[in-house]
Amino acid sequence: MPTLEIRDLHVSVETKEGPKPILRGVDLTIASGETHAIMGPNGSGKSTLASALAGHPKYTVTSGTVTLDGEDLLAMTVDERARAGLFLAMQYPVEVSGVSVANFLRTAKTAIDGQAPALRTWGKEVRGAMENLRMDPAFAERSVNEGFSGGEKKRHEILQMELFKPRFAILDETDSGLDVDALRIVSEGVNRAKENTEVGVLLITHYTRILRYIKPDFVHVFVDGKIAEEGGPELADRLEEEGYDKYVGAGAVSA
Amino acid sequence: MTLTTDHSRAVADGAHSHGAVKPEGSRAERRTSFSLDDIPVPHGREEEWRFSPADRLQPLFQAGLGASGITVQVTPAPEVTVETVGRDDARLGTAGKPGDRTAVTAWNAFEQATVVTVPAEAVATGVTSVRIDGVAEDASAAHVLVRAERHSQAVVVLDHAGDATLTETVEIVVEDGAHLTVVSVQDWADGAVHASSHRARLGRDAKLKHVVVTFGGDVVRITPDAEFTATGGEVEMVGLYFADTDQHQEHRLFVDHAVPDCRSRVTYKGALQGSGAHTVWVGDVLIRANAENTDTYELNRNLVLTDGARADSVPNLEIETGEIAGAGHASATGRFDDEQLFYLQARGIPEIEARRLVVRGFFAELIHEIGVPEVEERLLASIEAELEKSMSVITGAPAEAPTA
Ligand SMILES: Nc1ncnc2c1ncn2[C@@H]1O[C@H](COP(=O)(O)OP(=O)(O)OP(=O)(O)O)[C@@H](O)[C@H]1O
Ligand SMILES: [Mg+2]
Repeated sequence: MPTLEIRDLHVSVETKEGPKPILRGVDLTIASGETHAIMGPNGSGKSTLASALAGHPKYTVTSGTVTLDGEDLLAMTVDERARAGLFLAMQYPVEVSGVSVANFLRTAKTAIDGQAPALRTWGKEVRGAMENLRMDPAFAERSVNEGFSGGEKKRHEILQMELFKPRFAILDETDSGLDVDALRIVSEGVNRAKENTEVGVLLITHYTRILRYIKPDFVHVFVDGKIAEEGGPELADRLEEEGYDKYVGAGAVSA
Repeated sequence: MTLTTDHSRAVADGAHSHGAVKPEGSRAERRTSFSLDDIPVPHGREEEWRFSPADRLQPLFQAGLGASGITVQVTPAPEVTVETVGRDDARLGTAGKPGDRTAVTAWNAFEQATVVTVPAEAVATGVTSVRIDGVAEDASAAHVLVRAERHSQAVVVLDHAGDATLTETVEIVVEDGAHLTVVSVQDWADGAVHASSHRARLGRDAKLKHVVVTFGGDVVRITPDAEFTATGGEVEMVGLYFADTDQHQEHRLFVDHAVPDCRSRVTYKGALQGSGAHTVWVGDVLIRANAENTDTYELNRNLVLTDGARADSVPNLEIETGEIAGAGHASATGRFDDEQLFYLQARGIPEIEARRLVVRGFFAELIHEIGVPEVEERLLASIEAELEKSMSVITGAPAEAPTA
């Protein structure tokens, strides 16, 4: 069974003052079909983990390993990682003006699959997926993310997750900025992907409300660049009640 | 009321800067003349030469240029006529006077001019193609006149290729009610040095779409002027350029709103890559005191793909009347956005293809505005070739991520 294995991962970010360590030994294994939620205070390094896994050039892995189905993920370029089956739904999706959503989706799908999708079925599939996510068909002709509202950007990310069929998907705060209806619609999209493809999901969130729609198998508390505690779904409820105080205190001591 | 704006030198090497330089007087006062004596060899510090590599243009500043360096070949649409005429032909020199040294040397040097005429009421069924080929290094002069007689319609494409040292005049006369598209493509080989003065005059209800596309050559400096002579005129100026290592591409346009009720739209976009790539865009728009109900907007955008390239952008709008329908300008120079690249690559798209998507996207809308399918297709192909050619430049010197 395919797994995404993160071992003792240390990551620094490039800053003007030199490299600044952010991740301090992350251990995490996600098997396909599993859903792992990561929760943690602002600035604890959740997005850094997501970006480093996707290969963002700003982040440098200083030690540790990441393998996808046994393959060394860290040796791959950004696009190679995506083609190997990794998907990152970004916290802040980027605008690409002059590139239509339709063109972008087709280009990406072609790159990921190594061949162009069958013309007739692809058009249908895109339209169907957009309809499921309550996206107006007019979005297909708009420039990627340009002028999209926060919620529309998130739907567009999940649209891609459904269409590209990754083996592992990292969802970085896909729930933030969504109203209740949008949250349900987007969550349904993630659940459809889970049903249809056995995708392993790493879901980064601040709120338990999304976990009512997308059931996590495991919950990890992320503090000060590493996982401070892990448990089942009940851990999320406890965090909601108690907050991160006790972890942050501990983190501060060890820092 | 007089209102002058001048946003000078949006230089994008590292940070985006936006200094201010005072324009040297009004465009209305700029000297124009057919006489070499009136417009001497510049020393380089003049307003109109301050961005230009004057040393490389030296050969074109000289009087007495020949014509042996180029050939001109016209393939007209069936409805369009072509003549080669002597310099005494009365139709020449009617679209305005030279406004700088290379324009005045071009005017005084040519022996024969190519005259392309779209007869009155005729609607050309195809594109008229004018090929200007560089065949020798001799500094040369050329003169082309495109006349769209009243109520005619046509598309004329001027193609510049090969290696040449050329100063050129392109006169464009758009008579009452005529609709003319003139496209000038500068696809020179390396080494070419080209100065070209485009001078257009529009009659009542005349429409001109003026398209400039610059890819090749060492130094290319195009100065399109458009003058309205009667009400209801409309000019759309579109420009697209792509500068590589050590190329200098300069486009200075002047729209003269001398009469009421005319409309102008100017959109120029450029991409730059490689060290020493330099582009200059200057957009002078003058709305004279009696040009009431003028509607004008000009835009210049530059995309800097690598370190070491420099884009200067100077929109300059002078308004001498308060009774206008609209007047505006915008200028922006940005670096290639590494976050865009990351986003596209994170969707499996390889770097070269991702860059291609972004650059095509940058030009996409503009290319569709050209409205001449043959030209649009060639343009897309040329953009691909530019990107292909210099991927080594790009990957060798990646642009820094913009600081948030
Ligand atoms: N380019 C950078 N320069 C300096 N510090 C950085 C840079 N990028 C990230 N950091 C720091 O790294 C830490 C982790 O940031 P990260 O975005 O991963 O946090 P997060 O857990 O995703 O927070 P949030 O919940 O607010 O999204 C923060 O302290 C942040 O300021
Ligand atoms: Mg974050």
